[in-house]
Amino acid sequence: MIRIRDVHHAIGKARILHGIDLDIPKGGITALIGPNGAGKSTLLSLVARLAPLKQGEITVETLKIGACSDRDLAKVLAIMAQSTHVSARLRVRELVSFGRYPWHQGRPGAQDRALIEAALERFGLLPIADRFLDEVSGGQRQRAFVAMAFAQDTDYLLLDEPLNNLDIAGARSLMRLLREMADKDGKTIVIVLHDINYASAFADRIVALKDGRVAAQGTPAQIVDTALLRDVFGTDAEVSVIGGRPQVLV
Amino acid sequence: MTGAVPVTLRDLLTDPEGQKLLVVSRIPRTLAALLAGGALAVCGQIMQILARNRFVEPMTAGAGQSAALGILIAALLFPATAIWAKMGIAALTTLIGTAGLMLLIRPLPPTQPLLVPLVALVYGGVIGAFVTYFAYQGDMMQFIGTWLTGELSGVLQGRYELLWVAAISAGVTWFIADRITVLSLGEDAARGLGLNVGLVSAAGLGAISITTAMVVVTLGAIPFVGLVIPNIVARRMGDNLRRALPVAAFSGAALVLAGDILGRILRAPFEIPVATVVGLAGALVFLILLYSEPRHG
Repeated sequence: MIRIRDVHHAIGKARILHGIDLDIPKGGITALIGPNGAGKSTLLSLVARLAPLKQGEITVETLKIGACSDRDLAKVLAIMAQSTHVSARLRVRELVSFGRYPWHQGRPGAQDRALIEAALERFGLLPIADRFLDEVSGGQRQRAFVAMAFAQDTDYLLLDEPLNNLDIAGARSLMRLLREMADKDGKTIVIVLHDINYASAFADRIVALKDGRVAAQGTPAQIVDTALLRDVFGTDAEVSVIGGRPQVLV
Repeated sequence: MTGAVPVTLRDLLTDPEGQKLLVVSRIPRTLAALLAGGALAVCGQIMQILARNRFVEPMTAGAGQSAALGILIAALLFPATAIWAKMGIAALTTLIGTAGLMLLIRPLPPTQPLLVPLVALVYGGVIGAFVTYFAYQGDMMQFIGTWLTGELSGVLQGRYELLWVAAISAGVTWFIADRITVLSLGEDAARGLGLNVGLVSAAGLGAISITTAMVVVTLGAIPFVGLVIPNIVARRMGDNLRRALPVAAFSGAALVLAGDILGRILRAPFEIPVATVVGLAGALVFLILLYSEPRHG
């Protein structure tokens, strides 16, 4: 479980988070949604210790953020940051192999190599494993980053807007892969999403943030309705339930 | 081995003067070219990863100028100190100069890859201007010329050995090659993998600074080796440093040696400084690279 208690955060003078209290249970997919500037990405980077936690308390399982070592946390929690701009020329297989770094610290063993190949196969990357990252499509590239996080073999996987720049086919296939990782491998996935419909269609739980506070949380069926869209996103849109999942008619 | 004094293979076997020439001058000179070239290419590759930009290299981005500034400070303020202390001061100013650049380019957007080399050039130019100013004040203009244009004609046995320090400090980076490669994913991703970003960056900067300072102090600045070689190597085999660094080292060594030999042949018995030859060839290759590089994210 990820426990977040009374977390405040400010960047310069701008106060981003105002006392977040949140429990993210183990297992399943939790989607963080909210309008631009609500603090979704900030919260995620605080949990992943990419931004320094100044006020409040966050624990992942037994590890306390700010007190535990980067390496210990890297064995429990993987983060796929929003910007995956890589200036270096790396092959897909090399990128995926970095996922094993927390475990072997630069000296991969036979087990590491087997896990890397397994991740490549699982994500359909074997045919392009020896291509450079700048020679594959945006969808394949994003899949390679998720495969790297998968090879890190952590119980928790955090993703910050992984659907950016993906077309509908790429976005759907990535969400299905995440769904499969949650269902088959028992991963706990926390994902920041821009599109409520993707959150509603694929997530088990949704946490809506507004102005640095938790505005609503629950299953998609419980919380995605016209009131949420009006109060949190400030737009009047109709919601229709398709296959038990509410979908916003845009 | 070409040079102002012709030495044939037979001289080497029969003439003790010829043997002496080989051991005292020609072999050190060849070694100096190889060591400096290899070390500079490795430094360029690491600096490009740390700066997350393809178009920077230590010699033009302030490190070379900072090293010259260091020697100048040492020569002006502490003329009596030992050569090792002067080296230390040069390495220190190089470290400060390089770290300063890294701070300066941090906020630049990665989507504008040409901003970084522009800032680096201006930054190097500003430090270079300080060097000229202090040299002018201290009446040492001729003195600094030898550091700002690298050449090998002064290399003799006993006067190039510091380059071994440069080569070793560049060579040590191979042992942290994997970590530096992980850093190329960006600071956030690297921290997410449990990498000690601060320590690895500091180690990389330290290696660049020591290497650059030693090369500048011994031979003078040799530009473009650290730019052209890493670009070609990365294009052909990627940036997995464990594999790329040795190739870069050998290519850099070959380039500087070839440049030096060419500089001695073209106007024999006079010499063209290796920095001029390599700089000219490097600038041409770099232009070709710039125009043929497909723009991708």
